[in-house]
Amino acid sequence: MNIPSELKYVKSHEWLNYLEPDRVRIGISDFAQKAMGDIVFINLPQVGDPATAGEPLCDVESVKSVEDIFSPVSGEITAINEKLLDHPELINADPYDAWIVEVSEVTATEEILSAKEYEAFCEQEG
Amino acid sequence: MEKQTALYQRHVAAGGKMVPFAGYLLPVQYQTGIIAEHMAVRKTCGLFDVSHMGELIFEGPDSLANLNQLLTNDYTNMDIGRVRYGLMCYENGGVVDDLLVYKMLADKYFVVVNAANRAKDVAWIKEHLFGEVDFADISDDISQIALQGPFCEEIIAKLTSDIPQKYYRFIDNAKIDGIEAIVSKTGYTGEKGYEIYIGNADAQAVWDKLMAAGGEYGLIPCGLGARDTLRLEAGMPLYGHEMDETVTPLETGLDFVVKLEKDFIGRDVLLAAGPPKRKRVGLKVLGRGIIREDQDIYFNDALIGKSTSGTYCPYLDGAYAMALINVGSVDLGDTVAADVRGRKVEAQVVKLPFYHNV
Repeated sequence: MNIPSELKYVKSHEWLNYLEPDRVRIGISDFAQKAMGDIVFINLPQVGDPATAGEPLCDVESVKSVEDIFSPVSGEITAINEKLLDHPELINADPYDAWIVEVSEVTATEEILSAKEYEAFCEQEG
Repeated sequence: MEKQTALYQRHVAAGGKMVPFAGYLLPVQYQTGIIAEHMAVRKTCGLFDVSHMGELIFEGPDSLANLNQLLTNDYTNMDIGRVRYGLMCYENGGVVDDLLVYKMLADKYFVVVNAANRAKDVAWIKEHLFGEVDFADISDDISQIALQGPFCEEIIAKLTSDIPQKYYRFIDNAKIDGIEAIVSKTGYTGEKGYEIYIGNADAQAVWDKLMAAGGEYGLIPCGLGARDTLRLEAGMPLYGHEMDETVTPLETGLDFVVKLEKDFIGRDVLLAAGPPKRKRVGLKVLGRGIIREDQDIYFNDALIGKSTSGTYCPYLDGAYAMALINVGSVDLGDTVAADVRGRKVEAQVVKLPFYHNV
């Protein structure tokens, strides 16, 4: 299970990469992409949409099912990774490179875990 | 508590993601993933554990009469070594199950039913048996392996010469490298393939031999996920989706195996109902997204039916669905809209099957 130490994580299996203190990139972890299987569509939100901590950010279609991606933070969506529209499989191939959205003016956050804490949480989840 | 098939250890060792299905633990996929497994079946070959399926025996002078009463198709005039598809209906014409009948001997038939319906089928059959017939459920003794894909003949030929030459034929008492098996040229993928029935004690050996023989051809094990995307891409119906107790075989477009001139349970109601008012259509998704099962389908804002199955089809690289809609509501080529979790996703009505190679 790949869990880069420089990133932060939440229990719903999203990762956070703080580009600036109040600007963060969000993606899903290796654990999440493995659980989903082959991803074939991602329904990205729009730039300007609000993000709310703990609420769905967007949904992702794998061959077998649809899953919500939850926002770990509240704020405004200031960028989306448009490459994923035509190449959603990048999320499976490199989940830590395939960021999904950037959220700025971050106000609230969910419980943030370090890489070690997230690893322990995943082991528990089995 | 789910049961394991005789091949459980093989799936775990191969990195299979085990899930409960019809009372068994089976791999939904392996590390390769659903897309790669689906493509293997279309391009090289795939191997499936389908041991969860049910196998029933009808034996005795009245076997044929019982089958003809229970099933929509006519099983008279069947040569030994032939396989014939059919459906079992309730008195009201709804479907109990779809199944395959293998003629083993003059008075002996081997019937393969859906895993999820096995108990229901057995109870229904027992309620309706008459005359001199011995009926048995031998599912727990039988394992089944499906070898499907363009190189299936080359692979199986390395292990046996007991290979049925034509589709929907089988060889009983075949020897797969010395192991006794039933080998039929049948499948649920839309590709050339074989379904191999063996005793549980022989399942691992046959699996291993096939994997070894298929190595040079790119044979990989494939799970339930690919089994579903393959059958849907090939436009094949699945019980519980395209038909169930509320849908008749005629509504779901299986009239080619419904012989209304023969008497069978449900026939009177089917005749009285006249031409069906609903029919199954194929949908090719135009918009972004996947239309799955149980989604409302609209044409010009009028609700015309519901989707019954749908997924992303890897070989065709698109999302496809099947739907049961009101007859006369749309024509081929029309654009409909599905309600996908509150969003409108457009699709075109297209011919079935979406893909075929047999």
